[in-house]
Amino acid sequence: MLLYLFQRVVYTLPIMLGVALVSFALVHLAPGDPLVSVLPPDASQELQVQLRTLYGFDRSYPEQFASWVWRALHGDLGTSIATGREVSGEVLKAVGNTLRLAFVATLIGFFFGCLFGFVAGYFRDSWVDKTASLLSVVGVSVPHYWLGMVLVIVFAAQLNWLPATGAGPGGSGDWRWNWEHIKHLVLPAVTMSVIPMGIIARTVRALVAEILSQEFVVGLRAKGLTDVGVFLHVVKNVAPTALAVMGLQLGYLLGGSILIETVFSWPGTGLLLNSAIFQRDLPLLQGTILVLAMFFVLLNLLVDVVQSTLDPRISRS
Amino acid sequence: MSMAANPTFDPRAAPAAVFERSPGYWTTVARRFMRDKVAMIAAVIVLLLILMALFGPWITPADPYKSSMLSRLKPIGTDGFPLGTDELGRDMLSRLMVGARLSLFMGITPVLTAFVIGSALGLLAGYAGGYINTVIMRTIDVFYAFPSVLLAIALSGALGAGIFNALLSLTIVFIPPIARVAESVTTQVRGRDYVEAARASGAGAFTIVRVHVLGNVLGPIFVYATSLIAVSMILASGLSFLGLGVRPPEPEWGLMLNTLRTAIYTQPWVAALPGAMIFITSMSFNMLSDGLRTAMEVKQ
Repeated sequence: MLLYLFQRVVYTLPIMLGVALVSFALVHLAPGDPLVSVLPPDASQELQVQLRTLYGFDRSYPEQFASWVWRALHGDLGTSIATGREVSGEVLKAVGNTLRLAFVATLIGFFFGCLFGFVAGYFRDSWVDKTASLLSVVGVSVPHYWLGMVLVIVFAAQLNWLPATGAGPGGSGDWRWNWEHIKHLVLPAVTMSVIPMGIIARTVRALVAEILSQEFVVGLRAKGLTDVGVFLHVVKNVAPTALAVMGLQLGYLLGGSILIETVFSWPGTGLLLNSAIFQRDLPLLQGTILVLAMFFVLLNLLVDVVQSTLDPRISRS
Repeated sequence: MSMAANPTFDPRAAPAAVFERSPGYWTTVARRFMRDKVAMIAAVIVLLLILMALFGPWITPADPYKSSMLSRLKPIGTDGFPLGTDELGRDMLSRLMVGARLSLFMGITPVLTAFVIGSALGLLAGYAGGYINTVIMRTIDVFYAFPSVLLAIALSGALGAGIFNALLSLTIVFIPPIARVAESVTTQVRGRDYVEAARASGAGAFTIVRVHVLGNVLGPIFVYATSLIAVSMILASGLSFLGLGVRPPEPEWGLMLNTLRTAIYTQPWVAALPGAMIFITSMSFNMLSDGLRTAMEVKQ
């Protein structure tokens, strides 16, 4: 177990370095001068050189990369070109908002995904199974940004039950778990939950059907175990995979929240990324991508470790 | 005494009576696929969408680019505009029909390109093994470490808006998963006895891959790739929705959804139409791919 843990961590380190390299290189794919958005068109040669040195754009790429990684390890991601604020602070604030949204969405998706998956797996090929399977295909096929728009049309524009945009009555800085704030969370979280719901439902359905067809289930039934008892055995066998899928989905939602956050003006990493792209704010773009990708890599690691603790067969193979 | 005197020993008559030629693998797959009602419905919808993409510009009831300040944002069912008009007074039905061309092109092209490149990389890594495998697969792991939506948006955001950049970013996003599948299938096939036999009989690496490996790995990789088309449709339109893909005034469903966002309080159902098209398309591709996978799971 410890050896497995060690191997997984060692394996993750080069991936992390690679991710940092890609995040860094991405920004230098961008055509044009990175300072074009802040420099006035009539800027003097002197000012240009000064700014270039300030942001480090005058040094060679390997040098820039090394110093960027070194400072990132100390929690410094540079300063935003557009706002002049610390990138790390901006990203951290946005990550909090996105994490809250993605976490609630994953929980909703997990609950309904498991529900549909279990029902479909238990009543295989019945109409219940077909309906649940259809719902899970809808979940993975629906363009979530469009679903968000439709929900806004129905619940905000037509019925006027819930707010259409924003993360609370007073902006984003003062989140509290009261209804005034939570009602801003409902529509984006439900929209976001549809993807993990579909994927978890599909996974759980296949697992349940497979487990129910195994001999040990017949054995348990023959031994005289009640349906509830058998059900608990099924749950125990489904849990490691279902939890792993849920963990990965949280990571996907965190990285893929940009479309939903744009629809709902939710002040998270997606909206930050959006403004970084359109203002060509390279340090901010670089920093946001790095933090999100690192989070995803670490989450993968965590999922692997938790899964191998729950199911020791994995680390033994 | 001749053999013909005893009809049970006639070597010409016996085989025809006893053996019936069993249908080939692909015939069985096609037959199973035809029996799958859901998959057939999806196939028909996909076919209609492709026909619309090919012939859309010649069969539209109105000019999809002609705007009119007087007939802006008309509701569904208006005389002359069966599906209403958009924010510039252009006929929605015509725009949705013509939009099929760019939307499908943007969704399918990246998967096709990634299928070619990803299969080649995966085959190379899986067949060569060793050092080459490590270099290719570890590089792919790095790209795999990014959530796909983030990578697509980050790439096209960095490269700048435009059709070509959006296609390029999506292709890069889909190469790693396809290469992974290709690598694992190739590694499996490489260990089979018939590959060993071919090698023992003196066949070169190129011949083995062409004759024995390719035919056995392309099927599973292709089925996997078809399951990515639905994702690709959603992502490609998503890029245009953010303003990173197709640019106005070209009709593309994601872009149309974006420009109509401001109309959700005045003409909500017209505004939602382009998204419904994306939904129908991606749902059909998903069901088509599911049906294909089920049909191909034939135990030989």
